[in-house]
Formats: sequence, C-alpha cells, structure tokens
Amino acid sequence: MSQYLLLRHREIPEISRLEVYRQHGGFEAFQKAVTTMTPDQVTEVVKASGLRGRGGAGFPTGLKWSFMDRKSWPHYVVANADESEPGTFKDREIMEGNPFQFLEGVAIASYAVGAQRAYIYIRGEYQHIARWLDEKIAEMEAAGLLGEKLFGTDYSLRIYTHLGAGAYICGEETALLESLEGKRGQPRVRPPFPPTFGLYGKPTVVNNVETLTNVPLIVQNGAEWYRRMGTPDAPGVKIFSLSGRVKRPGNYELPFGLTFRQLIYEYGGGILDDRPIKAIMPAGASSSLLRVDDRVLDTPLDYVALRQFGSDLGSASVIVIDDTVSIDWVIQKTIRFFKHESCGKCTPCREGTYWMKHLIDRIREDGKEEKQVKLLLDVARQIQGKCLCALGEFSTMAVVSGIERFPEDFRETVLEGVPG
Amino acid sequence: MSLAQKYSQEIQAIFAKYPPEQKRSAIMSLLYLAQREEGYISQEAMKEIADMLEISVTEVAGVAGFYTLFHRQKEGKYRIQVCTDLPCALRGADSFLQELAQALGVRPGETTPDGRFTLEEVMCVGACHRAPVFQVQHGDTITFHENMSLEEALAVLKKLE
Repeated sequence: MSQYLLLRHREIPEISRLEVYRQHGGFEAFQKAVTTMTPDQVTEVVKASGLRGRGGAGFPTGLKWSFMDRKSWPHYVVANADESEPGTFKDREIMEGNPFQFLEGVAIASYAVGAQRAYIYIRGEYQHIARWLDEKIAEMEAAGLLGEKLFGTDYSLRIYTHLGAGAYICGEETALLESLEGKRGQPRVRPPFPPTFGLYGKPTVVNNVETLTNVPLIVQNGAEWYRRMGTPDAPGVKIFSLSGRVKRPGNYELPFGLTFRQLIYEYGGGILDDRPIKAIMPAGASSSLLRVDDRVLDTPLDYVALRQFGSDLGSASVIVIDDTVSIDWVIQKTIRFFKHESCGKCTPCREGTYWMKHLIDRIREDGKEEKQVKLLLDVARQIQGKCLCALGEFSTMAVVSGIERFPEDFRETVLEGVPG
Repeated sequence: MSLAQKYSQEIQAIFAKYPPEQKRSAIMSLLYLAQREEGYISQEAMKEIADMLEISVTEVAGVAGFYTLFHRQKEGKYRIQVCTDLPCALRGADSFLQELAQALGVRPGETTPDGRFTLEEVMCVGACHRAPVFQVQHGDTITFHENMSLEEALAVLKKLE
C-alpha cells in the first residue's frame, strides 16, 4: 500500500496533472457517486467512515452534511481554505501538490448535499494557489468533470475560488460566509448554523480542505477500509504540521494514534541542538500549552487523548518549544497575534486582547511583578466563555495554561529565553 | 481611466462567479483590481466600486479597512512583509527582521527614501516550516520567499525593479 492518502504528490509528483490523477483512479469516486449512488448513500458512507473535520473542531463530517435543511434551496458547499493559524501549513501543501483530489472532494460533497455551486475560500496570502486552482477547475470543465449534466445525469456543478485578503477570523465559518458575501468578516450569532442559514441565507456545508481531500478515497474504498487506520475515536490519517524548535519541520501525514515522541523525534529529527523539550502547542497559537513529560510524549494522539492534560489536538499544528525559550515570551507572541486578529465585533475579545497585550508588554519590559501577572490571568479568565466565536477563547488558552503550568517563567528574573 | 474601462473583461469574469442578485460578493476581487496599479485603493476607485455594487462608499471603505492586504495609503512600490509570529520567531524571524531593517536603513513600518520598499511585520503567512519567510506584495500580486538568510533576502530585493 502506498504511504500517502492525502500528500500523494510526494510519491506521484505529477499528480497535479489531470491525466496523471485519472491514471491513478482520479474522479472514479465522483463518477461512481453521481452515477450509482444517491446523495444520501454518499453521506452515509462518509458518516460510517468516522471522518471528522480536520480544521480543528473535529466535528463528524457526514453528520454535518446530514443537517442540511431540505426545505430551503439552493444548497451550497464552501471549502474553507483560509488556513491562518500560526503553525498550520497543511492545506497549502494539499492544494499545491494534490489539487485534483481536493477538488474531487469538493465535488462529491456538493453532490451529497445537492449543491450545484461550490466556493473555495482561500486566504489572500495564498494567491498563487487561487490562480493554480482556477486552472485546475478550467481543466475539469474542459474534461466534462464540472458543468452541466455530468456523466449523462441531471446533476450539474460549478466550483469557484474566492480570494480573502488577510484576516484570521475568516477561518471561522460564519465570518468566512460574511466575507464571501462581500462584508467585513465578522462572525454571526449562532444558532442558526450554516446547514440551516449559511451563504446568502441558504443551507451551506463548510468543510476544511484536508477533510474534503479524504472524501474521494472513502467513497472509492468504503468506510470499513478507512476505519482500519487510526483509532476508534479518530479513524484515518491526519496531516501534522510540525514547526518550532525541531530539526525537520514540515508536514507529516500519519495515522491517528501515533505519539508526540514519534512525531517529534522520529519524524521531526528531534530538538534543535539536541536541547531538552519544554512545551508543546498541539493546535497552533490557539493551543493550551502542554508541559512536556513522558506521559505527554507517549500518549497516542486522537481528538480526546489530550484532554486529560488540559489541551486539544485541534488542527494538529504542533509547535515545539525547547528549554531555551521562556513562556512569557511565547504568550507575548500569541497575545499580539490575537489582538491583531480580533475582529472587534464583541467587547470581551476586542477589549480583552487589548488589555492582555498591554499587560504582557509591561510584564516583559518592566519585570515580572506578581501583581501584574495575576491581573493578566484575571483578564484572560474574564474573556473566557463570553465571546461570540472561538477567537476570544483561543486568545486566552496559552495565557492561562502558560501562567498556570510554567509559574517559574513568570517570577521576577532577568529577562531571557528569546530565541536568536 | 475608470476601473470599468480598464478592466472590463476581468470585471465581467468576477461578477460571473456569483449569483446575479449577489454581486456584492465581488467586492474583494474588485478591491484587488483597484490596488493593481498603485498598490493602494484610491477614494475614486472606492466610489466606483460602490456604484457598481449599489452600496455606499462607507460600506466599501468598511470592507477595505477590515482586511490587512488592502491598503488605503500609497507606500513603497514593494511591501516586504516579514512574518514574526510564534513559529517563525522560534526559528529566528525576529532577528531576521531586525537585520533586514538595518540593511534597508528603515524601521518596520517605514519606507525606504527611494520609495521602493516598505518593510512590514505581518501575522502568520502559512509558511512556518520555512522560516525566516517574507512575502512581497506588489500591486495585486503576492510572492513568497522562504528559508531566507539576510543575503538571500537582499538578493531577492535587488532583483525587483
């Protein structure tokens, strides 16, 4: 069996060419779905496979599709290619290297929910990918894989790209939909959720790029085949984006159930200069910081495993921190990010990130006074549970976990621990 | 010349992506077009986009101001955007930015006296495994430069007209 399900370009470099993708079974799943399966049967296969959303939330994909309101039409599929979490760079590699498998996933999802129009919302910095996908979509249209009455059936589908312009918040699905509608990308109050009230007020499925790229193989090979990989909680494979103080940063496509030790030491080559590992952020800048010990390093990873340590796998964007780095510096970085990216719609996030930034700057510049650290922790806790969307919550994760789990880094000491 | 005169075909293609009654969805693509020549969006361009979309200039400005890749001010011909977020900074992005600033003789946020480069510190660009990294924004294009040393970065900048 080949090593890759998603990053197949690493084995078949030419797979971004339509004829090569088709030589390797490309678009057979889409044709099979449209010509031999009902939309509900497709949804059932994806449900049975146990595929969960790879954007971070881990919501069961087939279940999401089955929520689409059948009394309201038209339906839309939107691929979330707004990948903007510091530490995440996996969707980019999929779209650059294996674009047709992703596009086939978009097409199958569209058929499953009865959508005749799908949009791919791509972050502005990935402009080269938007142009690249436009070419690939044009090739599909020319080959009769997109357009009117596909494969001699009554089903028609068009896929369009939509380029964002630099806003992390647009990765939040309702902010993304607002942005796609031509507005400021600010989250909506939910409920209603997108499968009831999505793009242009119509039922919409929003799925991450990596999630959709799994779909053609699941439809082609069946749910049981997919469940043979990974863990019962998280069947299948995941792309781990590994960054920070490791020797070989990059994307690693591996089955769920592997450990941080394997990921960081076997695949990532270990820590730079062979220093001791200190902390892991498993889900990018929005993670709770894990204080590393053997138990953390040897826990098989899936969506629930890290909860026992008070963290989450999220999008599996693993940022590795070694003992040269001080945690107060780390949270200064994450706070700065979230303050910049707060959309300003709700007060706890807008004002809270502003005050956290002032406090951490003061703590780092003027010395780590206990009173100031307590105040920072207090502000972070007051943001929690009060925001319209997850960004506000995310802005506090590293702050609270960092101060609680690494108290020694917040005591009055000489400032150090800044990577060169 | 107005956007409609200059880019009529491209504008048609943009509107064709969205349902006819949802033309407001075209706003971001139109703002990119408006930014193509001068690297920023003029008041006249916003007025024209507002008329095309049948919304107010204020609404257009609200969208233009929300997204970091849209600019309302004329700056250097090339915007050199260095990511200094956590994963990049763990691999030396902060010192890379400082060295680059020193070599260009400006501070982050400033433009070189010849008007060629504006140096900017930006949030995550999705290249954390290839830090230090910067992107060059020029008109409506963006180009990534990854795994950069100061010497390589300066060589890249030298090649820009």
